[in-house]
Amino acid sequence: MGTSGKIYNSAAEALEGLLRDDLTIMAGGFGLCGIPENLIAAVRDSGVKGLTVISNNAGVDGFGLGQLLNTHQIKKMISSYVGENKEFERQYLSGELELEFNPQGTLAERIRAGGAGIPAFYTATGVGTLVAEGKEEKTFDGRRYILETGLVADLSIIKAWKADERGNLIFRKTARNFNPIMATAGKVTVVEVEEIVPTGSIDPDHIHTPGIYVDRIVKGTFEKRIEQRTTRSRSEALAQDNSAQKESV
Amino acid sequence: MVWTRDDLAKRAAKELQDGYYVNLGIGIPTLVANHIPEGMTVTFQSENGMLGMGPFPYDDEVDPDLINAGKQTITELDETSYFSSSDSFAMIRGGHINLTILGAMEVAENGDIANWMIPGKLVKGMGGAMDLVAGVKRVVVVMEHTSKHGESKVLKACELPLTGTGVVSLIITTLGVFEVKPDGSGLRLIELAPDVTLEDIAASTEAAYEVAL
Repeated sequence: MGTSGKIYNSAAEALEGLLRDDLTIMAGGFGLCGIPENLIAAVRDSGVKGLTVISNNAGVDGFGLGQLLNTHQIKKMISSYVGENKEFERQYLSGELELEFNPQGTLAERIRAGGAGIPAFYTATGVGTLVAEGKEEKTFDGRRYILETGLVADLSIIKAWKADERGNLIFRKTARNFNPIMATAGKVTVVEVEEIVPTGSIDPDHIHTPGIYVDRIVKGTFEKRIEQRTTRSRSEALAQDNSAQKESV
Repeated sequence: MVWTRDDLAKRAAKELQDGYYVNLGIGIPTLVANHIPEGMTVTFQSENGMLGMGPFPYDDEVDPDLINAGKQTITELDETSYFSSSDSFAMIRGGHINLTILGAMEVAENGDIANWMIPGKLVKGMGGAMDLVAGVKRVVVVMEHTSKHGESKVLKACELPLTGTGVVSLIITTLGVFEVKPDGSGLRLIELAPDVTLEDIAASTEAAYEVAL
């Protein structure tokens, strides 16, 4: 592969030859923050079915992974929280969709472990709960732990802020979330970014994900939908500051 | 007079200590951030990958790449750092967070907590709750003392599926405050809400407790 052999012109091209029915896909993001919008849409357009999708959440109705639910392309989700999606609820309750809940930290660590070649690990999270059912339990230093397995995927689709031509990545603010670990745990990892910069223009000390984990790069266009727009007004903030000053006097 | 949501947050804020790193659950626990004692430095962690959470943004500052674990838009501070979900839960599961304040549907006298699932109703998932109760050094619960039907939520044993076993240190309810004995052998009632009597507590508490006011 040449130096710019990782760059593709569109999300559809970036997924060419990678998609088939019954694939296991990891999709980055927390809520709608830092999701691979363009690649999800391209998976939808490809029409592949029977997918197992590993993602912290399931998008919202009609956006993010919600789009793949509308088209019934997902067979099973592995997630920690799916509360924001009516179509998800309907398909799950009617038995059309399988669901495996993982505690969020267990999900993150399973992905990290998978990417690092660690087949399983012990954790205290979930001991004595439904999550522990059917899992090996072991005591270390008087504390109980359960055995959780590492997770890998046929394909990881992630979102970063910037990539260089070799696939070195920088994420932005809380849009990082599950993206860097999913980059390590996909047999093939495809990233969509806001900007592709020349190799050498990112300080090597500032790279979050080294290019070894990234196979294909595409520059996307982003809606960046907000789930809960919470704001304060400048007059409220001023009033609070004033009363705080009064109290401290 | 039972404690209001804001009273509960104020009481929970007394559990903060200078220099603490704290994770707040969604709902009443979020209000604790409004009651940090004057002169105290407390850093809030958000499990989606941020340490040092700032207030809600002004309208012209809203950034879709900057949200808290409740998916609300927020701001950063001078001391803020960002990290991946696995780093975030390494902080939580590795015991580096000093305190978490969470809501609950039920707690039990041995420190068990149930706050993620009601069988037969739609299950949204546990999110980071199981990791928080298992990993954070001190788990403080703020909750209604009784259900809408007047039934105790402070129980001998939880009936709902558990989030964690023997993990709760302190229970702040609308009627008062209970300590969970570190060996899990029961509760100690250490405070009453204003005008709440021992008889009120006795009438609405299923769990066994010692009175230690």
